[in-house]
Amino acid sequence: MSALLEVRNLRTCFPGKDGPLPVVDGVSFDLNRGEVLALVGESGCGKSMTAFSTLRLVPKPGRVTDGSVVFDGVDLLELPVTQMRTIRGSRIAMIFQEPMTCLNPVVSVGRQVVEAIRLHEPITKGEAMSRVRDLFGEVGIPDPEARLGAYPHELSGGLKQRVMIAMALSTRPEILIADEPTTSLDVTVQAQILELLRELQRERNTAILLITHDLGIVNEIADRVAVMYAGRLVESAPREALFSNPLHPYSQGLLRSMPARSRPGQPLPEIEGVVPSPDQWPTGCRFSTRCPVRFEPCADIFPNETRVENERTVWCHEVERNLGGEGAG
Amino acid sequence: MSTKSDAILRVEGLKTWYPVRSGLLRRTTGWVQAATDVCLEIAPGETLALVGESGCGKSTVGRSILQLEEPQAGRVIFEGRDLLELDADELRATRRNIQMIFQDPMASLDPRMRIYDQIAEGLRSFGIAESESHRRKRVEEMMVRVQLDPATIDRYPHEFSGGQRQRICIARALAVEPRLIVCDESVSALDVSIQAQILNLLRELQDELGLSYLFITHDLSVVRYLAKEVAVMYLGQIVERGPTARIFEAPAHPYTRGLVAAIPSIDPMRRGAPPPVLGDVPSPSDPPSGCRFHTRCPLVMDRCRHEQPGVYDVAEGSSRCFLAEGSQPS
Repeated sequence: MSALLEVRNLRTCFPGKDGPLPVVDGVSFDLNRGEVLALVGESGCGKSMTAFSTLRLVPKPGRVTDGSVVFDGVDLLELPVTQMRTIRGSRIAMIFQEPMTCLNPVVSVGRQVVEAIRLHEPITKGEAMSRVRDLFGEVGIPDPEARLGAYPHELSGGLKQRVMIAMALSTRPEILIADEPTTSLDVTVQAQILELLRELQRERNTAILLITHDLGIVNEIADRVAVMYAGRLVESAPREALFSNPLHPYSQGLLRSMPARSRPGQPLPEIEGVVPSPDQWPTGCRFSTRCPVRFEPCADIFPNETRVENERTVWCHEVERNLGGEGAG
Repeated sequence: MSTKSDAILRVEGLKTWYPVRSGLLRRTTGWVQAATDVCLEIAPGETLALVGESGCGKSTVGRSILQLEEPQAGRVIFEGRDLLELDADELRATRRNIQMIFQDPMASLDPRMRIYDQIAEGLRSFGIAESESHRRKRVEEMMVRVQLDPATIDRYPHEFSGGQRQRICIARALAVEPRLIVCDESVSALDVSIQAQILNLLRELQDELGLSYLFITHDLSVVRYLAKEVAVMYLGQIVERGPTARIFEAPAHPYTRGLVAAIPSIDPMRRGAPPPVLGDVPSPSDPPSGCRFHTRCPLVMDRCRHEQPGVYDVAEGSSRCFLAEGSQPS
C-alpha cells in the first residue's frame, strides 16, 4: 500500500556566496494515513524548510531544486500554481508556532475561519458560520458562540492556537502539518493542545506531520520519528524504538543531553561543539565534526542508507560497520 | 517554615504591583498584581529555582531583587542588609554582588561593542582592574573560564553562535565577582545540545566559585538538573516551596501536581496522560477571589472560591492550599 504523502530526495537551496546552499539536502520520507510523523531536530537543521518545501511555500530566494512530493498519486512540485492552491489549505493544512502572526488582528476570529472555508467550498456565510461554531466547540474553545465575534488580541495564546487548529481543520484536511504548534505556549496549555491533536488524529484519521525540536512532545504524540541534522535525515524509526534504543550517535546525544534524563549530581552528557552553518557542512556525514565515534570515511563519504529491522533506517558508517553488511542495502 | 539565618538572600513579604493607568488624567484605575507576599531564601552556594508559567510574576520577583522594579512592600535581605533601605550609592556598590543573565543574549549584548568592551564594562564601572592591561588579562581569564577562545576577544556579538553569546553574558556577569546570579530563563532559547553545555557550565562555576543562583524558568526538566530547592509561582504568589526531589515525587499543591504532570515524558513506555490542569491562566490584574488557582483546580472545594488559603507547612516546605491545612508536620 502506498503512502498518503511520499517525499523523495527533496532538495531546497538558498543562494550562498559560493553557489547554492542546500538547506534541505536529499530528504525522503513517507506519511501514512492517520499517522503522526515527527520531524525532529535543532534550529537550522532544515525541518521547517522541509515542511515549507512540501507545500511549495519556500520563501524567496530559496527554491526546491530537486525531488518529488507525491500526494495521493500526484507530484505537488509539478502541479500548476492554481491547483496547488486548492490543495493547500483544504486537503493539506498547516498550523504554525506563532498563532498571533497568522491571524488578522482586525477581523473577528469567527469571520476569519468562515473566509477560510468559503475560499475552498461554495457554501453560504450562515452555513459556514454554523460549521465554525461546531468546530470551535470541537477544538475545546469554551463558550464557542461568544468567541465567534472575538478579535485575536482578546484571546489567550492557547485559545488562539485552538482557533488556528479549527481553521486548519475546517476543510477536513487529510494531512495537517504542524510546525512547532506548542512552542509559544505554557506547559499546562501545551498538554491540552497535544491532547487535542491526539484526539483529532484518532477521530478524524488525519495524518499529522509534526515539526518540533522537543523530544518530549515527540514521545507524547508521534507514531514514527525522523531525526534531522544539518539538512539531512540521520535516523528514521518507530517512536518506541528510537526512544528506547537510538542508533545514530546524534540521536543518542540528543536524548542523553536532555535534563529530564539526567542523574542527580552528574554532569549532563554534552554533544561537543555547535551545528556547522550550511557553508561549512562536511562532504561526508554532516555530524562527523561532532561525532564521538567518527572514523576514517565519515568526514569524506556520506553514509549509505542502512535498513535496521523493519521500518528503521539509519545513515551512519558506524552502524553500517557493526551490522557487517547484513541487512544493509 | 524554617528560617535559615545563614541565607545569602532572604526575601520577605515582597509586593510588586504595576499600576494600570487610563483616561485623560492617567489615573490609576487598577493594579497588575505581579508579585504578592513573596517569601523565599537561598543558601550560599546553592540554587533556588523559581518556576511558573508566563505572567505568573517570576521575572518580576527577579527584577525586584535587583531593584530594577520598585517593590511596594517587603524586605530583600542580601547578606544581612535590606536592599530596599539602602541609599543610591550603597545600592550601586551592592549590585556588584548580584548579577543577572537573561534569556536572549543577543538582546542583552550591544551589537556595536566588541566582546572585550562588554565584559570589561562592569570592571570599569566598579573600578576593578584599573589599568588597561590588567583589564584585558582579566577579560581573557573570564573567557577561558566560560570556555570561549580568548583569541576572539576583539570580535562582535554577531560573529558568535547563540550558545557562545550566552557564554559571553555569563563571562560579563562573572567578571565583577558576584556572589548571587539571577538567571532569568537563561537556557530557554537554546537548542537541547547547547542547553546541556550551558547548564554544565553554570554548575561547574557554582562548584568552583561557590555562587548562588536564583534560577527563574518555566521548564521543570531543567530545574531537576540544577536546583536543590524549588518555589512554584502562580498568579503572583508562591504556592509551593520544597526540595526539588520532593516537589517532583510528591507535589503537595494541585497546581504543582498539574505542572509536573504536564511535562512531556521522554520515557517510551509512558505517555498519554490527560492534561491535569484545564483552561488558561486568569489575568493578574483581576485575580480570582479566594484561592487564585480555584478556577483551574481539579480538587476545588467550596471554601476555595471565597476564602484565601494561608501558607501551611508540608514535608520540608510549604503549600498555599487548604488541603495542606490539616497535615501540619511537627
